[in-house]
Amino acid sequence: MSQKSEKLIDKKGLRLDGRKPNELRPIKIEVGVLSNADGSAYIEQGKNKILAAIYGPKEVHPKHLALPDRMILRCRYHMAPFSVQERKSPAPSRREIELSKVIREALEPAIFLEYYPRTAIDVFVEVLQADGGTRCASITAASLALADAGIPMKDLVAACAAGKVDDTIVLDLMDTEDKIGAADVPVALMPNLDAITLLQMDGTLSLEEFEQAVNLALEGCRKIYAMQKEALKARYVNVKEVEE
Amino acid sequence: MSSMITRVKQKQIAQLIAKGKRLDGRALTEYREIKVEQGIIERAEGSARVLLGKTEVMVGTKIEIGQPFSDTPNEGVLTVNAELVPLASPTFEPGPPDENSIELARVVDRGIRESKAIEFDKLCIEPGKKVFVVFVDVYVLNHDGNLIDASALAALAALLNTKMPNYEIEDGEVKIKSGYTPLPIKKHPITVTFAKINDKLVVDPWLEEEQVMEARISIATEDDGNICAIQKGGSGYFTPKQVLEAAKIAKEKAQEIRKKLNW
Repeated sequence: MSQKSEKLIDKKGLRLDGRKPNELRPIKIEVGVLSNADGSAYIEQGKNKILAAIYGPKEVHPKHLALPDRMILRCRYHMAPFSVQERKSPAPSRREIELSKVIREALEPAIFLEYYPRTAIDVFVEVLQADGGTRCASITAASLALADAGIPMKDLVAACAAGKVDDTIVLDLMDTEDKIGAADVPVALMPNLDAITLLQMDGTLSLEEFEQAVNLALEGCRKIYAMQKEALKARYVNVKEVEE
Repeated sequence: MSSMITRVKQKQIAQLIAKGKRLDGRALTEYREIKVEQGIIERAEGSARVLLGKTEVMVGTKIEIGQPFSDTPNEGVLTVNAELVPLASPTFEPGPPDENSIELARVVDRGIRESKAIEFDKLCIEPGKKVFVVFVDVYVLNHDGNLIDASALAALAALLNTKMPNYEIEDGEVKIKSGYTPLPIKKHPITVTFAKINDKLVVDPWLEEEQVMEARISIATEDDGNICAIQKGGSGYFTPKQVLEAAKIAKEKAQEIRKKLNW
């Protein structure tokens, strides 16, 4: 992350988009948005627009990848060529391959993999527009898509980043803050189990700052978790007035 | 990677660790023996071999003249690549880099890049046009676990050993002169990896421990103890308490290694 002298936090302590340091961007979540997928979800977080879809459990192809005692989870995180300022080649980049791996590893602990031996679940994440924090928003959406597909899970996985800009620890970094801020700490959490399933960091933080950032990110995860549950209810709990 | 050790041994490893012991006799936060050799490949601008127990990683650096990125016109470029060479393990296969080697390269890259270990502004020849590009190629020669720490250490050792060609600009052309100057390195990021086994944190897991572990976490710290890169891996989880504990131990262990190597 290159540091520039640009001010990211104004005199009132507000960020470029007017948020307080511990405030999330506006989030919109919708579950069950794709008719062909076994489960799906759509999330908007700031200017992020991300679709996640689940296909499976299904037979594994190629067959030799199947495991006798559990199912395998496969994940593809992909960015649309038009999702960023300069066109991104649609071929998977090294970044996308790494993110596919860490997103898969963030979701795996939540799933009862042993319930479906010899099968596979495919998680497809398409970033339609990127605005910083796409891996976290992808995890948030993908875990809802898994729930929508009826996959038995220990908990939902909620994800959110915290970081440091202009010497302040802030929640949910947007694109500019991510690019020119001092540090970025994406975290994914299974809130009911207090289990961190994704943790990365780049930038520079002291031990104390790191602890603050992790705690703030966890707080963000819990807020997002509440929104995830609302989105699931909106899809499945249909309260109808009973007319006598 | 499928498990190649018996369930009896898996259980043995896990049960010992629950009692604070390890199969190879180490303490939970003890590294295997670390050996660093520098300048072993004459054709490379810098090189190093690191032995971490039986894990062996070689790193060679090459320096070329190339174009800077448009958002950093005054800075040199760092490119890290990792090869899981098939002769290093029965689980490595020839072919294009898989997700494991890409992750390895990117974690090594992150430690060096985020700590600003290399003084990138000193690699600029002509702003916006010509800069030195540093290629760091990680070559895993024997896989006995904890490739991340061994590779990060070998990469840093190779960079410390890297020579930059002298040059002068004549009529807008870059001319390479004889002689070399050392690559400007101002920080020594050290990466410390933990495996979570039986709810305990274990430093520097060897291969069999990696096959038992639920998850791993790698933390890179700078000379002043600040954290500069973290990567969690594996399909398990950590509690917030474990994460903070790991960060603390990583800082201590990194200092120990720096002291031992006189960096």
